[in-house]
Amino acid sequence: MTALPDKFGDFGGRFVPEALTFALDQLAGEFLRAVADPAFTEELAQLNSDYVGRPSPLTEVRRFAAECGGARVFLKREDLNHTGSHKINNVLGQALLTRRMGKQRVIAETGAGQHGVATATAAALFGLDCTVYMGEEDTRRQALNVARMKVLGAEVVPVSAGTRTLKDAINEAMRDWVTNVSGTHYLLGTVTGPAPFPAIVRHFQSVIGTEARGQILDRIGRLPDAVVACVGGGSNAMGLFSGFLADPDVRLVGYEAGGHGVASGQHSARFSGGAPGVLHGTRTYIMQDEFGQTVPSYSISAGMDYPGVGPEHSHLHDIGRATYEPVTDDEAMAAFRLLSTTEGIIPALESAHALAGAMRLGRDLGPDAVILVNLSGRGDKDMQTAADYFGLLPEGP
Amino acid sequence: MTTVPEAFARARAGGRAALIAYLPAGFPDPASSVLLIRALVDAGVDMVEVGIPYSDPLMDGPVICQAAEIALAAGTTTDDALQVVAQVSDGPAAILMMTYWNLIDRFGPDTFAARLAAAGGVGVITPDLTPEEAGPWLAACDERDLAHVFLAAPSSTPDRLAVVARAASGFVYAASVMGVTGTRESVGGAAQGLVARLRDVTDLPVAVGIGVSTPEQAAEVAGYADGVIVGSAFVRRVLAAPNPTAAVAAVSELAGELVAAVGRPNMQEVR
Repeated sequence: MTALPDKFGDFGGRFVPEALTFALDQLAGEFLRAVADPAFTEELAQLNSDYVGRPSPLTEVRRFAAECGGARVFLKREDLNHTGSHKINNVLGQALLTRRMGKQRVIAETGAGQHGVATATAAALFGLDCTVYMGEEDTRRQALNVARMKVLGAEVVPVSAGTRTLKDAINEAMRDWVTNVSGTHYLLGTVTGPAPFPAIVRHFQSVIGTEARGQILDRIGRLPDAVVACVGGGSNAMGLFSGFLADPDVRLVGYEAGGHGVASGQHSARFSGGAPGVLHGTRTYIMQDEFGQTVPSYSISAGMDYPGVGPEHSHLHDIGRATYEPVTDDEAMAAFRLLSTTEGIIPALESAHALAGAMRLGRDLGPDAVILVNLSGRGDKDMQTAADYFGLLPEGP
Repeated sequence: MTTVPEAFARARAGGRAALIAYLPAGFPDPASSVLLIRALVDAGVDMVEVGIPYSDPLMDGPVICQAAEIALAAGTTTDDALQVVAQVSDGPAAILMMTYWNLIDRFGPDTFAARLAAAGGVGVITPDLTPEEAGPWLAACDERDLAHVFLAAPSSTPDRLAVVARAASGFVYAASVMGVTGTRESVGGAAQGLVARLRDVTDLPVAVGIGVSTPEQAAEVAGYADGVIVGSAFVRRVLAAPNPTAAVAAVSELAGELVAAVGRPNMQEVR
């Protein structure tokens, strides 16, 4: 790799205060040196196998598939990674970069807490100071993940500005970074933000697609008809899609949070209900009003509840290489329950959007189809939400 | 209407660095913001940056964030902000806008520039637009003689300063410290060095902002820069005022003190 893409068609770029230009250039330069350095690649591969537990398995889910029009369905099991989701793949790569840059502190944003937990984990492993910004609303919704981060030694800062959710946590992390950039790395958790973040995060997540492509070929001797993933910011989807971009016969489908339905206005469906604009340093599809103010997003799943999306997804959308469809809360919750009861696998609510999409797609494609779904995370963190939704706990006093 | 070069010339003729004040449009509501900005102009401020409140102001500290939230809650839109400009642009101060890029992007650079020029605005400061992304914007501004002001930071390399200065017109905004807007105990030592480095690459005036709030700090910065930018300190006065009348008086008083402070009675011209 000799250069990193700043743009993906009309999308991406760098819309940031000038004070961050130096750090972004430094990061891009360090990344290029690192991936050219066999010692870096080897250390990351070692961490992936010994610490994360890679490669993650590919599991065929036959009982679940019976509800998908009879198509064969395979799950890429990122839920089995250490810390419980795909987030760790990117975090370890960037933590190694942080050490190479001689920085002693990482900061991160988190919505549901998965990226915050993964960052706190890597900070503990590498002996880095760690501050995680989390919307005040989310610290209440995900109190146990706040405790996990604190147990791991991180400081968690509740953000009370704006809508008190993920987008405001990103604003606050950016403010910290502008102020402390010389000794601090902003360990961004998804494929958005100013260049070079989308390209770097995609690179570290591409392990998902690379593994999955090899595994499915080994298993069935051919490529799948479709690979699908949920798209919040879009890092698990970009990681999976990257393995199949060069295979024109493989359909790429991303599922966004349709919330209470796109027509209700309460959703996070950037491609159905948004328009191109600039948010958090990048040009991409965003949810905005006629004046360009960000419109609050909504999803039952905190990790899907974000008004922007990675710029490469916007590009893949516009050129038609990938398609993006909304999945409502109710559809996602039905898929969550179905996978749990048919396969004994409790998915994260984010991943449940991809499963709901696969059910829809399987019925369209028919029984000869093969669908590969990224199971990006496990659902332990979502038990409170699921219990409330399905009424599983006795009424309180 | 007063242009940016005219405003700098007026300040120089008066033996002062230019005093540049910031207030958001629509804060605390559209009508009051017009009165507040008029009070700044009447107190002798050379330029006013009229901010457009934005939902995600990642370059701003808590004081200006709070003002933006209040203005947005009052229903302030870009249309309202342009209205504010139209109501204050007939005075002796140059009226610029300060806005995050997406608000311009949503209108389209050409439409935004045309509407600002029609309202009597003479320039725009874009804190999150880098020169690399600014092509169509520069053309839209140049066509209407609007100044397009970019920020330079203490972390900017010499090459980078040259890029920023080449893209800028009107003046270059030198961020005094690494960080977001807000008052600070002292103006960072990096500011003077940054101004000196900018002098090496541009003949444009250089104004220093971020963290300048007191007359003492303003006087210090006036010793080496062409312009002194004060924002959060004005916003704090408005937030602390019990009513709109008191807010106008408080803003007027601070503006008067700052205008006096940026005078250079015993100094040769800086450059």
